[in-house]
Amino acid sequence: MLLLLLLLLLLIKSSLGFKTFGFGFFFSSAWDPLHDVFGALPFIYGTIMSSLIALLIALPLGLSCSIYLAEISHSKFKEHIATMIDLLAAIPSVVYGLWGIFVLAPALGGPSLLTGGVILSIMLLPTITAISREVIQAVPHNLRESALALGATKWETFKLAVFGPALSGIVGAVILGLGRALGETMAVTMVIGNRPAISPSLFAPAYTLASVIANEFAEATSEVNLSVLVELGLILLVITVIVNGIARILVWKTTGHKK
Amino acid sequence: MENNWTQEVRKRKLIEKIFLGTVLSGTLIAIVPLVLVLGYVFIKGFSALDFNFFTQLPAPVGEPGGGMGNAIVGTFIIVGLSCLVGLPIGIFGGIWLALYGQGKRGFFIRYAADVLSSIPSIVIGIFAYVLLVATLKHFSALAGGFALGVIMIPTVTRTTEELVKMVPRTLYEAGLALGIPEWKVILKIVFRTAWAGIFTGIMLSVARIMGETAPLLFTAFNSMYWNFRIDEPMASMTVQIYNYAISPFADWNAKAWAGSLTLVMIVLGITIVVRKFSRRVSYG
Repeated sequence: MLLLLLLLLLLIKSSLGFKTFGFGFFFSSAWDPLHDVFGALPFIYGTIMSSLIALLIALPLGLSCSIYLAEISHSKFKEHIATMIDLLAAIPSVVYGLWGIFVLAPALGGPSLLTGGVILSIMLLPTITAISREVIQAVPHNLRESALALGATKWETFKLAVFGPALSGIVGAVILGLGRALGETMAVTMVIGNRPAISPSLFAPAYTLASVIANEFAEATSEVNLSVLVELGLILLVITVIVNGIARILVWKTTGHKK
Repeated sequence: MENNWTQEVRKRKLIEKIFLGTVLSGTLIAIVPLVLVLGYVFIKGFSALDFNFFTQLPAPVGEPGGGMGNAIVGTFIIVGLSCLVGLPIGIFGGIWLALYGQGKRGFFIRYAADVLSSIPSIVIGIFAYVLLVATLKHFSALAGGFALGVIMIPTVTRTTEELVKMVPRTLYEAGLALGIPEWKVILKIVFRTAWAGIFTGIMLSVARIMGETAPLLFTAFNSMYWNFRIDEPMASMTVQIYNYAISPFADWNAKAWAGSLTLVMIVLGITIVVRKFSRRVSYG
């Protein structure tokens, strides 16, 4: 009921923007609040690119962590590492942003698409690690034991017995991470440079859907401007809900067959 | 023949070593950012922190001193408001789902909660803006609390449902068999048994929303003064940290670090304490 109200209100509020700009809105890269000319393309581009960069970095690291935690280590040390990675998730995103502005961005040559992607990747690590670990642990133990009994090394066991059954769940974990990355606002806003332009360079400033809403919503002057920002929010909502839906089905498929 | 075989074994052992090495170094690299972020927050935060920081109002640019007292209080007020919104809906929803949610309606509500939990927090902020700011014509703590409350709902619902389901059905039936009215059974037997776990879930989600910034930017907005009225704009730690962080003034930036340290201590404190507590509960 609350959900329906939310959708309804967003639709009503964004209808003015939609009426004014139609479908061209999605493909235009104009952004000029002074003259009420708006287009969503640079924001969609920035959102998707920064999230993909984040995944590219977070996937190998997160997967390593989850393999280490689920397959390799059996010491007490393991639980400490798991807790530390979970704590990464508890740090507020504005704190990541602060760190990004003063430590990460100077190291990477200023605010840019790349800086935004790197910050995001740190924030995705706990999600990807926790869920892939769960998925890997859900693979039946006798599969592993059969491989080990045949004399397989740990790598061969993982490759032959674990990776296959866990694959769709791992993909799910990655997509779930993607869903989080797409909607993440503060840390990205603080380090991505906030310029609505599409540039092929990773070191150029960019802008995301969530960032432009965060920056301009409170100061939107005209009715059309506000409505356009709500429309951007609606685009963001639709993308994340779809991405999350796909991810959940994949994760559920793997862990659900546990019993 | 013999030679080929040892070569093969050597190759397999080498691959195994590469695998273990990669995984271990990946894990270690993953921990580096945590150490770096927390390290900077502690070092930079401590050097900017003093007692006044907790009690005073923000100082204007150029003036030394000042603090975040109003923002710290504001965060707690806003979180309190969001509990008023999020907890009743979440807890009752969870109990209902656990006890009566087997049918189509239960499936639908569970699905709705899933969708709600995947909506980015900034979009929830827009929702609160449209519902409470645009209609009342000004920013208010209430709108901020409402936004954070909506963010809490799916988490609280999920935890409550799971924990109520773990209460043995026989307990519920035994209560009914004694002739106790159903609402009393639910409240005094089922809910009370599950309470410790539910409380853990609530505290974790409180810690989460405390760190939210995006939905507050255009709902609770910000304020440089003491404010205890929930229909007025109110400062919060996160928004204040954000404003200080992006400002060009060095002493404001220092305040942002001090604010981050305070916030991180509170949030991590809650998280760690609650985790210890929940482990004790689950091991009986």
